[in-house]
Amino acid sequence: MAVDKNMPILIVDDYKTMLRIIRNLLKQLGFDNVDEASDGSSALQRLRDKPFGLVISDWNMEPMTGLQLLKEVRADAKLKHIPFIMVTAESKTENVIAAKEAGVTNYIVKPFNAETLKQKMVAVFGNF
Amino acid sequence: MPTRLEMGSAGKLGDAGRSMRRAPSAAVAAGLATVAQPVAVSRDELRSLVEAVIGSLEGDLTGSDLKLYTELEALARFIQTAKQEIAAVRPDTIRTEDIPAAADELDAVVGATEEATNLIMDTCEQLQALAGGLDEQARTQIESACIRIFEACNFQDITGQRISKVVRTLKHIEERVAAMLDAFGDEIARLQAQQPTAPASVPPVKSANADSALLHGPQLPEDAKRQDEIDAILASFG
Repeated sequence: MAVDKNMPILIVDDYKTMLRIIRNLLKQLGFDNVDEASDGSSALQRLRDKPFGLVISDWNMEPMTGLQLLKEVRADAKLKHIPFIMVTAESKTENVIAAKEAGVTNYIVKPFNAETLKQKMVAVFGNF
Repeated sequence: MPTRLEMGSAGKLGDAGRSMRRAPSAAVAAGLATVAQPVAVSRDELRSLVEAVIGSLEGDLTGSDLKLYTELEALARFIQTAKQEIAAVRPDTIRTEDIPAAADELDAVVGATEEATNLIMDTCEQLQALAGGLDEQARTQIESACIRIFEACNFQDITGQRISKVVRTLKHIEERVAAMLDAFGDEIARLQAQQPTAPASVPPVKSANADSALLHGPQLPEDAKRQDEIDAILASFG
């Protein structure tokens, strides 16, 4: 089944520059329906207000980290099915394990390129 | 029959007492009082007196005690020297000037790279918009080049995070310096007043004000003058 390139995607990062980069890379891959949140709490609120097909979140945010956001999403019966890709500069094994245990769908290490983002999205949704 | 010895004065016995560098006990003092004047002392009396002196020292100063006191004195001297050296590097200015200045500089680095990154991305988006009017091959090439530029802009996020870690480390150092100053109380200030310059073994810490002596190196944004302001200043000279 082909992925719906018009599906809403929520990108979460407290760095505006990073939001802009991810938005542009998604656009390059053909995904234009992108919303942004600058912290975990507002991301959670957006997810509860509107259906999303994918969350791409930074880990390193305050006060709610990406990991905490992931746990909140997985603990919410209405949200727990949403694919969640973690984007982070923290590539320590224990962090990857913690994210996996919390239910992360995939994990991207910064810095990354459009090809890596595409590979991870293909791993989630299949070829597009 | 005991041999009687003539004791001319207390000085003869006093030599032993001074070598021990301590106050005589009551028994010894009584003995000294006895021999304070030229008197005849029997051998038994003298033995008794010496035993009293030695007995009064027992348990007060052993060889290991002496070694311990020597070590403690060396330690005290070391601590005092360390305090003087700490005072010489002026930890108060490290806390109030140097570390905040370093943090400001790093914040400025983050701000400048963020500004530059956004400008680069603005330009890329303009190029992408312009490419829409070109043939497919040219448009694809420009799109591809712009994406590579966007990918490269990742550096700004990574750099910002790393600099944030450095700033947190500086903040931690600042807190530890403050704690050390609190622990020393007024002593550091007093030592600084006594020794205003650093000893040769401790290089002086560069003050934030030292930048005023340098013409190279960027100023912080709030301190920097714009080119038009510089031009206006130059123009004011006629």
